[in-house]
Amino acid sequence: MVVCVQIAPPDFDRMFGALADHTRRDIVRRAIDGQEGIAELASYYPMSFAAVQKHIAILERAGLVTKQRMGRRKVVRTNLEGLRVARRLLDQYEVLWRGRINRMTELVNDSSRERDR
Amino acid sequence: MTVTAVRKDPQALSLTLDAEFDASPERVWQLWADPRQLERWWGPPTYPATVTKHELRPGGRVEYHMTGPDGDQPRAFWDVEEVDAPRSLVVSDGFANEDGSPNTDMPMNQFRVTISEIGAGRTRMSIISTFPSTEAMEQLMAFGMEEGLTQAVGQIDAILAEDAVAQTAAPGT
Repeated sequence: MVVCVQIAPPDFDRMFGALADHTRRDIVRRAIDGQEGIAELASYYPMSFAAVQKHIAILERAGLVTKQRMGRRKVVRTNLEGLRVARRLLDQYEVLWRGRINRMTELVNDSSRERDR
Repeated sequence: MTVTAVRKDPQALSLTLDAEFDASPERVWQLWADPRQLERWWGPPTYPATVTKHELRPGGRVEYHMTGPDGDQPRAFWDVEEVDAPRSLVVSDGFANEDGSPNTDMPMNQFRVTISEIGAGRTRMSIISTFPSTEAMEQLMAFGMEEGLTQAVGQIDAILAEDAVAQTAAPGT
């Protein structure tokens, strides 16, 4: 059996909208293992089963989680590809700060050279 | 190498960078506390920053603009939240409108700077930057593209291109 894991070109609006909510980010984190179904996930939150189901549906539409069959159960699993996009954004931010820190280092080194002169 | 550690947490939407300098904490603090020095490292060479207001105290505000190669001058500001010279600083960085008022359509990015002496004339500076949401992160990085701060355009294009390739290459069975 060939399992085809494929994501459409990321729909950024949808993805970011989905991740903008604390509960949904928490679901994404818990579902990385892909061991729990909706009912189990719902037990972590002080809200109705239906509300959690709705959150999961939003995540699913955004391509951040998928529902998969595991034996007789259906489990929710995080789509790590989706998370990768968020990570890429952090990578870009890292580049920005690395540039700044390089310039800071130059400044600090320049001033200590001047002092030594 | 100056940057000694980087931690990225996509779920917590935070980036932590540790850097070490051959200088005292006071010297490193000056990079933030002296507006003329801040101007020399905040923006890249292609988008130098000009600091027009610099109130480094809790509740104070730092105002600056960047000047691009085409003469464009995006304005921005910091809301200064905590200051403990020369040890720590917490600010929220945001974008401003033409008249200098905060642009409330754009999210803010908070960062905490911690400076500590690690001995032998060396100082560690730690920066923890957090975003309110992934959407905010994306929006801010989109602005970074305009500023030429990163190769963000190319990177986003690369992600999209990669995903498009992955999609065409993925077996249909």
